[in-house]
Amino acid sequence: MKRLSKAALLLLFLGLAASVYAIEIRFAPPDFQTDYTLPGERIPAPSAGFGAWDVLILFAALSTATWLVLKKRSRRGLFLLSIACMVYFGFWRKGCICPVGSLQNVAAAILIPGVGVSAVVVAFFVMPLIFSLFFGRVFCASVCPLGAIQELVAIRPIKISSSIERALGLGKYVYLGVAILGVGTGAGFFVCRYDPFVGLYRLGHSFNMLLAGGVILVLGIFIARPYCRFLCPYGVLLGWMSKFSKWHLDIAPQGKCVDCRLCESSCPYNAMDMPTPIHLMEKQDTGKKRTQRLVLLVPVITGIAAFAGYLLHEPLSRMHPTVQLSERVAAEDLKLIPEQILETEHFRAGSQTTEQLHAEALALRSQFKAGGALLGAFLGLVVSLKLVGLSVVRKRTVFEPHRETCFSCGRCYPYCPVEPEGTPNVAQERV
Amino acid sequence: MDESKKIGRRDFVRGAAAFALAGGTWAAVGTKAEGTVWQLDPNKCTQCGRCATHCVLNPSAVKCMNQFNICGYCDLCFAYLHPGSRERNTGAENLLCPTAAIERKFIEDPYYEYKINEDNCIGCAKCVEACLVFGNGSFYLQVRQDVCINCNECSIAKACPSNAWSKVPASKPYMFITGETPPGQK
Repeated sequence: MKRLSKAALLLLFLGLAASVYAIEIRFAPPDFQTDYTLPGERIPAPSAGFGAWDVLILFAALSTATWLVLKKRSRRGLFLLSIACMVYFGFWRKGCICPVGSLQNVAAAILIPGVGVSAVVVAFFVMPLIFSLFFGRVFCASVCPLGAIQELVAIRPIKISSSIERALGLGKYVYLGVAILGVGTGAGFFVCRYDPFVGLYRLGHSFNMLLAGGVILVLGIFIARPYCRFLCPYGVLLGWMSKFSKWHLDIAPQGKCVDCRLCESSCPYNAMDMPTPIHLMEKQDTGKKRTQRLVLLVPVITGIAAFAGYLLHEPLSRMHPTVQLSERVAAEDLKLIPEQILETEHFRAGSQTTEQLHAEALALRSQFKAGGALLGAFLGLVVSLKLVGLSVVRKRTVFEPHRETCFSCGRCYPYCPVEPEGTPNVAQERV
Repeated sequence: MDESKKIGRRDFVRGAAAFALAGGTWAAVGTKAEGTVWQLDPNKCTQCGRCATHCVLNPSAVKCMNQFNICGYCDLCFAYLHPGSRERNTGAENLLCPTAAIERKFIEDPYYEYKINEDNCIGCAKCVEACLVFGNGSFYLQVRQDVCINCNECSIAKACPSNAWSKVPASKPYMFITGETPPGQK
């Protein structure tokens, strides 16, 4: 009786399975005479998911970095902390998920309906930003695994001119814009795909990415932190927050500073602003007029850039795999390309028709029209606001770190000949 | 107004930034707040072999599974033996699996149990294809979540030619080829 019911169940189940799924039962599963029982499937639980533990560690690391930057003013401490963070977030946690990449998860949750983001990922995204809003970019100083590894190799930094610095620095805005466009259209997570150091942390990646990581590290010996300065998309957000930070790393205060310029030359990131030189002081009218003209240009530049972005929708859309597949299939159909690749082979074997694929690709392309225009507008706005910022000559009387670009790495601390007031020094609050 | 009570420009922007952060976070988390892991749908899988070659881990976090309740326990198992083999025995040259990850055990005449040694398995899907073509299709690939490091963008998912990969809720990390709900998953 027991065996009969078992067989009936099995038949029922097999009928169900065969009707719904592709598998075909050619050999009926045996009815064992011995007391053999089917081994259960081993289904181990996820181990790599980031938990509350990692959020706590990130918080502790950020707090320690803040303390080292603002209270202890210790370059050595920050250096040791960056080694610790590189080992934990990099080699131990294999660099995933990091706050830099988490911006894509948050963007996906905001832009794509139905996509969520876990609280842990949100915590990873928000915590460094909040710390930056109050204490400057302490996350970059020594917590970020990508920054830490570059900070460690920057042993012979050379100074590059600030104009080149500014021009190359626009790269991170482009990267941020393209990354969000990629997330919004479903093309992929580019920040993770082209993360140059994660391959090193995992001891394995595609050859090209390992090569890119190696090149950036070798370059980073001389041009300190090239990824952070010219590419890091999360750095853009951190910079915005840090610009308005309540407290920030600072060097000798007014009255104490001896104008030795040691801090300026010790900073490999061009992040130390010098007191405004006299030759830059201009008549207020001249400066005002120029700035006004530039402000009027903001919407013009933004509009032109938006239009340019719109015109670029076709090449931009090629970053989406569906558009790539559609173009490849079309080219094969027109006999422009003789042989098939695995992707098109599988597509042709599948149920989707060529027309459906092309229609899908066309719909995506029109998404890229809006996306490209938005990307262009964003970049135009950034460039024009930077121009306005350049036009405004701020009167500085002391050396002070540029809040947006300073990584709070503390390299200038040991160079300042002015003894901090009392020990440990309390960072100046500025309102 | 007292100088110390004046709200500075920085304070204002800082407040606005904090507000925007909070709002953005709320909008992001508001929808769904569960973590996800990567998994491949065995019914969409076309055994292209990229799971073995594109994972950032070596060997890949994708391993073969044998669904025992639909396995035929065949003596002549095509997932186990190489179709071109001269002799039908367990010599390495006669095995289909390139890493000898399938372990064969005699149960009773004429049935043999085939278990995957996951330490050896590289996820190449050779046995999966053979079992699907010649047998019951009880072999299939799954991401082993204890091995997977859950990259934010999975390199295999990006390379998969048959769109079999997706992010699934961390509480439902496996898909059985039979469509059954794996034990422990609701």
